[in-house]
Amino acid sequence: MKQLPGGCLQQRPQEAEWNRIAASREFQHLLAVKKTFIVPAFLFFLTYYLLLPILIGYAPRLMSKKVIGSVTLAYLFALSQFVVGWIVAWLYLRASSRFDKLAEEILHHALGDVDDKEGAQ
Amino acid sequence: MPFSLLVFLLFVAATLGITLWAAKRSNVASAYFAAGRQITAWQNGFAVAGDFMSGASFLGIVGLISLQGFDGFLFSVGGFIAYVTILLLIAEPLRNTGKFTMADVLAYRLRPRPVRALAALSTLTIATFYMIAQMISAGALVNLLLAGSGITYNMAVVAVGVLMMVYVVCGGMLATTWVQIVKAFLLLSCTVVIVVLVLAHFDFRLGNFFASASQVKYHQAGEIVVTDFLQPGLRYAPPNGPIDLISLGLALLFGCSGLPHILMRFYTVPDARTARESVVWAMVLIGSFFIMTSILGLGAAVIVGPDYILSHGGTNMGGPLLARALGGDALLGVVSAVAFATILAVVAGLTISASTSFAHDFWINVIHRGVERRSNETVLVARIAALGVGGASILLAIALGPSSNSGVLATLAMAVAASAHFPVILLSIFWRRFNTAGAVAGLSAGLIGSIGLILISPTFMGIDPPVATSVRHLFQTTPWFPLENPGIVSVPLGFLAAIAASLLTREGTSDSKFNELRVRANTGLGAEQAVAH
Repeated sequence: MKQLPGGCLQQRPQEAEWNRIAASREFQHLLAVKKTFIVPAFLFFLTYYLLLPILIGYAPRLMSKKVIGSVTLAYLFALSQFVVGWIVAWLYLRASSRFDKLAEEILHHALGDVDDKEGAQ
Repeated sequence: MPFSLLVFLLFVAATLGITLWAAKRSNVASAYFAAGRQITAWQNGFAVAGDFMSGASFLGIVGLISLQGFDGFLFSVGGFIAYVTILLLIAEPLRNTGKFTMADVLAYRLRPRPVRALAALSTLTIATFYMIAQMISAGALVNLLLAGSGITYNMAVVAVGVLMMVYVVCGGMLATTWVQIVKAFLLLSCTVVIVVLVLAHFDFRLGNFFASASQVKYHQAGEIVVTDFLQPGLRYAPPNGPIDLISLGLALLFGCSGLPHILMRFYTVPDARTARESVVWAMVLIGSFFIMTSILGLGAAVIVGPDYILSHGGTNMGGPLLARALGGDALLGVVSAVAFATILAVVAGLTISASTSFAHDFWINVIHRGVERRSNETVLVARIAALGVGGASILLAIALGPSSNSGVLATLAMAVAASAHFPVILLSIFWRRFNTAGAVAGLSAGLIGSIGLILISPTFMGIDPPVATSVRHLFQTTPWFPLENPGIVSVPLGFLAAIAASLLTREGTSDSKFNELRVRANTGLGAEQAVAH
């Protein structure tokens, strides 16, 4: 089993350590990268999902329209929610391998520093 | 021996074996509460899916679709889509910053005692609500299945309750997880079989199936009506329908992210990456299952018919009656046994989340200020609490009996979770200015607001006709709050209270603590590690 970088840490970092990592350029970069994926993805699926009850509630005629045989637009729209959910999940999985890489670099950096300090003492 | 009993006994034997195996490995706290944090991604995905594919969804949602068509399917869509919220915002930070319960995340940088006390209270409330929904399904099933066999509703409830206590008390989270995995597999297989049989009934012509679903005949006010079950609006009709629908949507969307027994599962995996992958596993399983609920529900409406369903067991029985129509008593037996197994597993999951929260949050951290007075006190207290929760749920289930749709009841539990838990979890992870006053205000406003609104909603308030009906409202008056689901009011209320109280009070949390939380949440540094058995 692969050990995560955090795993080799015997004691938790001190307050100054946390603050230093939080302020570091790498960490700010990770947060920014995450934000540029998560915020638009969340807003997109939120909007797409809420359109379903809104359209069903306020445009029932449109949603009752038969599209394929007897199947209504409402049913197809509802089914499409599952597809959209799966696509968002897949995109997130793909994007997150990049987040993991960035996080690993930060940890490497931080833990490397801790080791150096311990070595100096 | 009836076939259904045989299938059920096989399940019980297998799960007791699992419990025996797990009991030897569940002595220290991280093993008992979090299965040693060694559950893999697919295992946790099945367990999360199992927790969510409950009696309420298998019986309740299929039942709703079989009686009210397309509108019932919206419960499925919302339940599935909620997992996108968990995936994007909740699962990983939760895994990286907490230990056993969702309150761990709140207590991380806020004053722990008030926050944990309230979180334990709302966890118990939500678990109880959800448990009632499951028990009602169990009751309805027994009434249909075992009518005249000498096994009464009360006996079945006691059997379910005692088994569930054995799993939780002896086997802890490891046993509960594996019971859930086995059951999720059974439930999915069973659902696939019925879907194939439904489609076979229409010679695998989807067009014919949907054509029949658009012309369902049933009696209404003494007359035969023909209704299109693919058309929206049968359940949510104007004037209040559209708003109620959006309210339901909000409750489902954010509710799952606040359900304690789901959140707890993310502590059973070794790290945040596994937590993330397990959500995706769960989304694949839950999505496929929920899409199939529409085939089951519409199939029941067409093949069995709403009239027959209503007169033979009512709103939760669409699925089992469909199984009998397609595969005779043998299939009904299997389906019922699987449904029982489902209820059993979900009730066990709820019990362990409630007892963990009581032992870890309330007993150790609130009363004894985080100090165990003897080794493994938390586990001991949780085991005793599980006995208490189990006993209480047996009594409640016997007192309530089968009365209303379990899918609707479970959704109300989700509204409470969406209003009380979701805002404070989200704000404590992402908002620097959030403080203890904000968490206390958010939790209380969400909890009291949602429960208060449910009590004055059409679910509990209404005027029944003088003729004795099987379903009676608790309060005989016109509903004060017009919507069935409080989400559209109570979710914003939870957020507003949390934000306003944070901004109005001076007590800021230390910047360092928030930095620490952020670094932990995003990198996994210092997160709880897996333990070897």
